[in-house]
Amino acid sequence: MSHEATPHLQHHFETPEQQFDAGKLGIWLFLATEILLFGGLFCAYAIYRANHPEIFLYAHQFLDKVLGGTNTVILLCSSLTMAWAVRASQLGQRKLLITLLSLTLLGGFGFMGIKYVEYKAKWEHGLLPGTHFAPHEEAANDSPPGEGVKPPAHGKRPSNVQIFFGIYFLMTGLHGIHVLAGMGAITWILVRSARGEFGPDYFTPVDFVGLYWHLVDLIWIFLFPLLYLVS
Amino acid sequence: MTPKDHYLNHTSGFASWAFTLDHKRIGVMYLVATLGSFLLGGLAALAVRTELISRGPTIMDADTYNKMFTLHGAVMVFLFIIPSIPAALGNFVLPLMLGAKDVAFPRLNLMSFWLWVIGALFCIGAVISGGVDTGWTFYTPYSTTTNTNVIATTLGVFILGFSSIFTGLNFIVTIHKLRPLGMTWFKMPLFLWSLYGTALIQVLATPVLGITLLLLIAERALGIGIFDPALGGDPVLFQHFFWFYSHPAVYIMILPAMGIISEVISIHSRKHIFGYRFIALSSIAIAAFGFLVWGHHMFVSGQSGMANAIFSALTFSVAIPSAIKVFNWLATLYKGNIHLTTAMIYALMFIITFGIGGLTGLHLGALAVDVHLHDTYFVVAHFHYVMFGGTVIALLAGLHHWWPKMFGVMIDERLGRIAAFFIFVGFNTTFFTQFVMGSHGMPRRYYDYLPQFTVYHRISTIGSYVMAAGFFLIAYYLLRSLFRGQAAPMNPYGGNSLEWHTASPPPFDNFTTTPKAEDPYDYDRLVPDEVNGGYRSLTYEGVGTR
Amino acid sequence: MSHEAHPQVGHVVPLSTLFAVLGTLLVMTFVTVAVSWFDFGRFNLWIALGIAVFKASLVLLFFMHLKYDKPMNAIVIIISMALVMLFIAITLTDTAQYEPERIPGYAPSIKTNPK
Repeated sequence: MSHEATPHLQHHFETPEQQFDAGKLGIWLFLATEILLFGGLFCAYAIYRANHPEIFLYAHQFLDKVLGGTNTVILLCSSLTMAWAVRASQLGQRKLLITLLSLTLLGGFGFMGIKYVEYKAKWEHGLLPGTHFAPHEEAANDSPPGEGVKPPAHGKRPSNVQIFFGIYFLMTGLHGIHVLAGMGAITWILVRSARGEFGPDYFTPVDFVGLYWHLVDLIWIFLFPLLYLVS
Repeated sequence: MTPKDHYLNHTSGFASWAFTLDHKRIGVMYLVATLGSFLLGGLAALAVRTELISRGPTIMDADTYNKMFTLHGAVMVFLFIIPSIPAALGNFVLPLMLGAKDVAFPRLNLMSFWLWVIGALFCIGAVISGGVDTGWTFYTPYSTTTNTNVIATTLGVFILGFSSIFTGLNFIVTIHKLRPLGMTWFKMPLFLWSLYGTALIQVLATPVLGITLLLLIAERALGIGIFDPALGGDPVLFQHFFWFYSHPAVYIMILPAMGIISEVISIHSRKHIFGYRFIALSSIAIAAFGFLVWGHHMFVSGQSGMANAIFSALTFSVAIPSAIKVFNWLATLYKGNIHLTTAMIYALMFIITFGIGGLTGLHLGALAVDVHLHDTYFVVAHFHYVMFGGTVIALLAGLHHWWPKMFGVMIDERLGRIAAFFIFVGFNTTFFTQFVMGSHGMPRRYYDYLPQFTVYHRISTIGSYVMAAGFFLIAYYLLRSLFRGQAAPMNPYGGNSLEWHTASPPPFDNFTTTPKAEDPYDYDRLVPDEVNGGYRSLTYEGVGTR
Repeated sequence: MSHEAHPQVGHVVPLSTLFAVLGTLLVMTFVTVAVSWFDFGRFNLWIALGIAVFKASLVLLFFMHLKYDKPMNAIVIIISMALVMLFIAITLTDTAQYEPERIPGYAPSIKTNPK
């Protein structure tokens, strides 16, 4: 197999199919490790929610469902643009690829922007994890624009509410770090796309970054109902 | 006989090693790195044993003692035992056994190595700047409140975890995708089955350690109370998290070791391995069952009675696949043509010492017995018999078995035998005594002890010095062989797996002509090579010569 | 230059499929929010999780092309999820046994707990 015909074939692989399949299996194994990483956090969530449901019932009301829902929609749409971008790279549609990757990146910025608004509001209202939990009682009453904090409908505040915020910040924080990492990876792919590096004969980096981005979306699909929609 | 151009001298200079993509060079670098860690961990062990030779302070105070056994445990577990066989021997041998030119992702392989280095630097840095005194298990709430360098150490371990994950990932993909035509799963050498089982655990279990350590760091740095009762948290939850990884981790330690034993026993007794499929599938069974028994570390932690009973029952089941292997090895030896090379001596030693270690695991798995033995020296002796008497002995066997292939030189067999004797006597003196001590109630991690235990501690410490002497002798003759060893033939021991059908040391691209895979345990294909020494294959004439 | 070349390896997902999946995902997001306004008692969590699993499956099968890939990739992901569920199940079972014995609301380092 001449290397001019297959410039992207690495020396230790026999065929492009073998290389592609190996790369795919590799990235899926990496995604599996991410699932296990977050799995630990889902376990902590499950333990505390099962044994102290009153904490979750009470504290989740401080989260804004509108913002959370918007973030969900943003990530789902960015998953579409990402999957479409992979398709574009496979078909050699360079301009479309660049546009779609940019839109995906924009979605990432949107998501992190809303995250920033949410975190800022938590900070201002003293709704922080662990020993830093110091709710301003007026948080129960005022409703700043964009962050509707309703007075809790379930009566008296239970003890150890800081546990909820510990889990909230750990899960959304780790997820946010992964979003940022994904945005970094997409930026790198964007630069390479602009240089015309991808086409039908070589698109695997777009494919693999896409898979990572979809995982980030997947995790949020679970985080949203578990944190924001406790009923 | 030694080829002029091989992977060690094909290119030279620091950069050609530091940025190499050659799995053989990466394996050698890992070997040096992990053996260096073994030295560090071993010196810490000698310090611990020396302190314990007499009651009360001997050479250090109590706080230093706590830091010393933590150092010993953390360095040995994370820097040495988990990476050593897979990353050093595995990296070298796996692609060769597959007739491949490299692992699936050579750059990832290099990254694994540098991640190990960075993780090691974090850990060493933590030691230098005051150390950690929590024990290598970092139990909360002590680990979240002690004022020693927990964060630096756990960050180091977190990074080491990624090194392990990427190695495992690489091996899984390599074994799935880079097998040659004709080498179906059940035609692979058993070392590869064991590396596969190990890699499964590395990929699936290590991330849970990662999140555990992140949560620990968050608790210390940010006061997020998941594990601290004073913050509303649950300390037993930490143990669930920690052992969900750390129990499967011990199978990361032992599975590759068992793979080596399968190879060495078969080759050095010139007999086809008995029960190939059973051994192959038992590697997967051990990996799978290993995920179901973590609670047996927590019998007295506050874990519920129901969980205790379930975990105890499951623990008995995990012994079965290991026992299957031992019986198959014994059946292989039976009526074999046994060559007592140093490698074979270590393999036979493994069966004895791992056997003891494994059986005493059953003592500990029995719930009612464990209530008395938990946190005593019985536990310490058990895990040293499996980790040292198992993994380290197997590593020595593998090192002696593949040393001619890796470095093109033969080892002084006479010195090898003497050192093996020292190791065997020293090891059993050190640790068998601890079974007795532990069953009489001597607690572990204790700086001081009651007078009735003095004689046991003395015997144990003397044993450790004898062991150390054995290791220094090994280091001496291995290093000497690199400079003055007799040149090794292509196939000194007559193996039929593919690594034996290329030069010793191999060329940088592994094979001049890639051999076709056949049954790796069919020794009828090999006859003694009068010209070059060792054995030559009837199937491949002239393969590996340049 | 946008000629419709075809890749040597891999499968190209039709655009209509991608849009159909997004549409379904958005609808299911709306459903999951709507469902949270009602109280189904102990089924609340399972309904929410069920919808999430359905949405996740769509992302996995179509956006991440598991439907068109070799089965090994799907097996990898399924095993990892199964392991997470095993971990949660056993740990939950254990904690459920001893949690009731803990002192309710005990957290001396938290100053903001109600007295």
